Amino acid sequence: MWQELREELRPKGLEIVTIALDVGGVDAAGKFIDKANAAHPSLIDQQHLLDELYGVVNVPSGIWIDERGVIVRPPEAAWPGRAVFRDFIPKELPADTDPWVVKALDLTKQIRHDPARYLAALRDWVDNGAASRFALTPDEVVARSRPRTRESAEAAAHFELGQHLHRAGHPDDAVPHFREAHRLEPDNWTYKRQAWSFADRHQRPTEVYEGDWAGDVEKIGPENYYPPSDI
Amino acid sequence: MILTSLDVDVASFEARTGWAIRPQGACKAEMCIPMPEGSDRATFDATVFAERLGMPLVAEEKHGLWALGPETLGRALASADAPEFVLPDRNGIPFALSSLRGLKVFLLAWASW
Repeated sequence: MWQELREELRPKGLEIVTIALDVGGVDAAGKFIDKANAAHPSLIDQQHLLDELYGVVNVPSGIWIDERGVIVRPPEAAWPGRAVFRDFIPKELPADTDPWVVKALDLTKQIRHDPARYLAALRDWVDNGAASRFALTPDEVVARSRPRTRESAEAAAHFELGQHLHRAGHPDDAVPHFREAHRLEPDNWTYKRQAWSFADRHQRPTEVYEGDWAGDVEKIGPENYYPPSDI
Repeated sequence: MILTSLDVDVASFEARTGWAIRPQGACKAEMCIPMPEGSDRATFDATVFAERLGMPLVAEEKHGLWALGPETLGRALASADAPEFVLPDRNGIPFALSSLRGLKVFLLAWASW
């Protein structure tokens, strides 16, 4: 997917690393990785470790790290040239389309995204390093990272138990932990969407979970699905 | 961190959480939190980490497991030092973030769902 961008920026000293947050592992993410056939590292994070370590709560999220291993931008919505979610919006819908799908697509169209600005910012940082106005100081990086409350830490512990049990062949025993993670950190979309997708591929309402993608996005407003960034 | 016993091996704890046990206590980046006696021990009781670092300890009784969650010190990032991780590629070959030191890195988290 980002191969062309990689060819442009790798000679300037930037490496791209893609990380699939997929409890389903290679079975879930492998075919997309194979199709991209990328030369850059394409990794799989079955535990959603990036949520716990970096404060990722949604995808796509981008994190910028400098040559010394210091973060200069913490997780935020990232569109390096292309907003992939837009690919899933069809031009026309058959008249008998499931009303939930109609609503989900309508909400999707209202999601904030600006791929051109994001790409320009990324290029600016690659060219100018610490002098780039998009490179933040260490204090700003920490302050802009997610609050780590007791609830969000407990959510991470429950999600970890959930993914562990799911992968160990106990998907029913994983559900109460996923539900608890959702209750404790309701704005963590990777916890929600991962679990919803096990109950229904399209993340429609089920009897297993309280929420569903369109319902939950409608509640917060699609313009808030990705918090605003100064990029 | 998934535990099958409350005796936590300090080497695995450091690899998973980034908290190293040193003479001064449990340390990450510039920060050190004092620990009870015996900082040269190979294991610590999980409840000690839970109490000192504000890590939730959640029990899963049916399967005899615990999960020790992340520290609660205010923000998800305790410092701007990029937390180290080792994750596999699609062939299972492990890749360490720190192997890219000397380059700028753009991490892009995505998902198939």
